[in-house]
Amino acid sequence: MSADPHYTLYHPRWYRRRVSVWWWLQKRSYTAFVLRELTSVFVAFFAVVYLWQLRALTQGPEAYGQFLARLTTPLFLALDTVAFLFVLFHAITWFNLTPKAMVVRLRGKRVPDWLILSLNYAAWLVLSGAVAFVLLRE
Amino acid sequence: MERITPLLWLLFSAGGTVAALLFPVHFFLTGLAFPLGWLEAPSYEFLHRLLTHPVTRLYLFFLISLPLFHWAHRFRYTLYDGLQLKHLTALIAVLCYGAALAGTAMTAYLLWVIS
Repeated sequence: MSADPHYTLYHPRWYRRRVSVWWWLQKRSYTAFVLRELTSVFVAFFAVVYLWQLRALTQGPEAYGQFLARLTTPLFLALDTVAFLFVLFHAITWFNLTPKAMVVRLRGKRVPDWLILSLNYAAWLVLSGAVAFVLLRE
Repeated sequence: MERITPLLWLLFSAGGTVAALLFPVHFFLTGLAFPLGWLEAPSYEFLHRLLTHPVTRLYLFFLISLPLFHWAHRFRYTLYDGLQLKHLTALIAVLCYGAALAGTAMTAYLLWVIS
């Protein structure tokens, strides 16, 4: 995912084999890759749900009540269950990636992967607890 | 496009981190625990009071907008690679980042007008 290469539809001197649109079903690691890439759709979905909640909150108690009621419909419950699993998949793959994407050095020595990983998971735990604490404080 | 790629990358990774750290808990509560009645949903008055605090508004702004840019950046490449739409590069980029910008603008507007 670096700078855009200039794609061409047709190049007279190159032979390009046609690849099926379903290329990612041929191998497990490819499928995992595409599923990981697809998590972004569910991340966006939840951002929109939160935007929707925010709009309801600006409109008043009635709109907020409707928002809550809408989320209890089977359609949204099913969608939310699937989306939640994808968001979890995003979180886990994202954390596991950080030691590879970000090499931290301390006094010239590389901080071991497991330490960065545990810090990530610890931050996840603490922040989740904090959010739950604030939202359930009432 | 090439000149703003580092910025788009920064937004992508910031959004990915925000979504990884905070979305599971928010999603679990709002999408599952509250609708299924496992926990009681916060009342309108409570959330509205929470929203009057500037820190909450700032938090919500980043909570919604950064992950939208994360989506835009990642989904763009999903479309190129997954559906082999490489010839539509420009159109897809405009649509993805445009949607993220629109969502961000709407979030900012709502957080601004809420009293």
